[in-house]
Amino acid sequence: MIRLNCPVCGLRDETEFTYLGDATARRPKMDETDPKPWVDFVFFRDNPRGSHKEYWHHVLGCRQWLIVERDTVSHDISSSSLAKDVSA
Amino acid sequence: MARYSAFSIFKNALGGNRGWPRAWRDPVAKPQYDVIIVGGGGHGLATAYYLAKEHDIHNVAVIERGWLGGGNTGRNTTIVRSNYMLPGNTMFYERSMRLWENLSQDLNFNVMMSQRGQFHLGHSPAQMDGLRRRGNIMRAHGIDGELIDRAEVQRRLPYLDYSENARFPIVGALYQGRAGTARHDAVAWGYARAADRLGVDIIQQCEVLGYLWDNDRIVGVQTTKGDIRAPKVGLAVAGNTTVLAEKAGVRLPIETHALQAFVTEPIKPFIDNVVSFGAAHFYISQSDKGGLVLGGDLDGYNSYAQRGGLPIVNHTMAAAKSLVPAISRQRLLRHWAGAMDMTMDGSPIIAKLPVEGLYLNGGWCYGGFKATPAGGWCFAWTIAKDEPHKDNAEFTLSRFEQGYQIDEKAHGPQANLQ
Ligand SMILES: Cc1cc2nc3c(=O)[nH]c(=O)nc-3n(C[C@H](O)[C@H](O)[C@H](O)COP(=O)(O)OP(=O)(O)OC[C@H]3O[C@@H](n4cnc5c(N)ncnc54)[C@H](O)[C@@H]3O)c2cc1C
Ligand SMILES: [Zn+2]
Repeated sequence: MIRLNCPVCGLRDETEFTYLGDATARRPKMDETDPKPWVDFVFFRDNPRGSHKEYWHHVLGCRQWLIVERDTVSHDISSSSLAKDVSA
Repeated sequence: MARYSAFSIFKNALGGNRGWPRAWRDPVAKPQYDVIIVGGGGHGLATAYYLAKEHDIHNVAVIERGWLGGGNTGRNTTIVRSNYMLPGNTMFYERSMRLWENLSQDLNFNVMMSQRGQFHLGHSPAQMDGLRRRGNIMRAHGIDGELIDRAEVQRRLPYLDYSENARFPIVGALYQGRAGTARHDAVAWGYARAADRLGVDIIQQCEVLGYLWDNDRIVGVQTTKGDIRAPKVGLAVAGNTTVLAEKAGVRLPIETHALQAFVTEPIKPFIDNVVSFGAAHFYISQSDKGGLVLGGDLDGYNSYAQRGGLPIVNHTMAAAKSLVPAISRQRLLRHWAGAMDMTMDGSPIIAKLPVEGLYLNGGWCYGGFKATPAGGWCFAWTIAKDEPHKDNAEFTLSRFEQGYQIDEKAHGPQANLQ
């Protein structure tokens, strides 16, 4: 069981959250007409073996989105913060 | 090396079974090959075998960082089926099924292919419509598929929950009689032995760390045992696909996720077929040793860990209990996980990559065991001829930018939901 430290609710089981994935993917500006950045955003990922910044939604808690930095091999978590507090 | 036969079993039994020769060599890598395959799982070994057998390319090395079949090939729940309905998938998986049906003879190695049939259950009229459509597409392609109703499912699988309180009542099933299971390790060993006999060098305990370059072209690999050169390098490394692609500067539509499997204590023959639950991601079969083999969902977050978390243990056991109440007191003996290369449409990539000299067989998600024979066959074709065979022509990397995703489950570009 992974336990995530929600800045609002404290340490909670992973089962209270849903996972979205890579938090470094950036949506292009809505007026972007080149398809390339859209394809990158929708489909392509770095998929690091090691430290990964990712979105988790505390859906059975405060319903805030978190950005968590987790190691994809050890599952050690080095930071978690509210997504709205992290500047893009 | 000697052929295996009933006679050789008899002869060696008389000799106290001390006369068996080793099944494949353990060579030192040569400095130069025609083709290097990275990854000694089923796909890598099958590719080497078909390069030699079908394309007369024998100067091939398979480089494996651990031991043969120690990746997903040796960790999977061994279900083999060809019930895919999207163009690009249907005939590819049927090619695989046809290769499976003759694989033990072809390799002279018993892969224990057991065509015990698979039931894909439907739990609502809408789901039965979906299964009917899938079955019709299969039959239109000459693949066996049979739609059966609740009474017939109950007659054939009397141990499922047909009670009034069943949370997901069973309405019917799509049955593929040619589907079944095979012995996973034997597939790796059979391909290894057959490839070795055709001259392929299998180098174990040797990790590929990077590539050798001639300007923009890849001309070999750097390994923990030194540099090895070849004008063509093929990747078949499953969950590590993006790690090795990144070293060549290629970004992929792939995330690595953990998938778990479970085996219970052995019991007498109980579950004769493969049964897939339609209401949650869950399936069950029984191994020849008697253990029930169970599988379920991905853990759900990116993971290279090759071990699973407890929430999925719980989830899978809940599904098992709700489908087959009789096993509620069975004890689990073991559970483990593999690192899956999940693509953004749930379908694989067998193609040349945008770097000259580099080829990819990957993105198998959790369905690549059944694909092993055709995956190796098509990858060998692609490497030998520098163009895809028609059965893997849709498994390109460019399909994502062209809008031709092959999304069998229609989940959209979310790797952990595929
Ligand atoms: C729990 C579980 C259940 C599954 N159930 C099914 C099922 O029922 N039916 C089905 O069809 N499929 C199933 N699958 C999927 C299937 O197992 C895989 O898709 C398939 O085995 C992949 O084969 P492969 O040869 O590509 O990969 P692998 O067998 O993983 O082989 C890749 C090899 O590459 C090696 N490697 C990695 N990096 C390097 C490097 N840098 N240098 C050298 N070698 C390297 C690894 O050590 C590994 O041996 C399941 C998978 C899991 C984990
Ligand atoms: Zn919270």
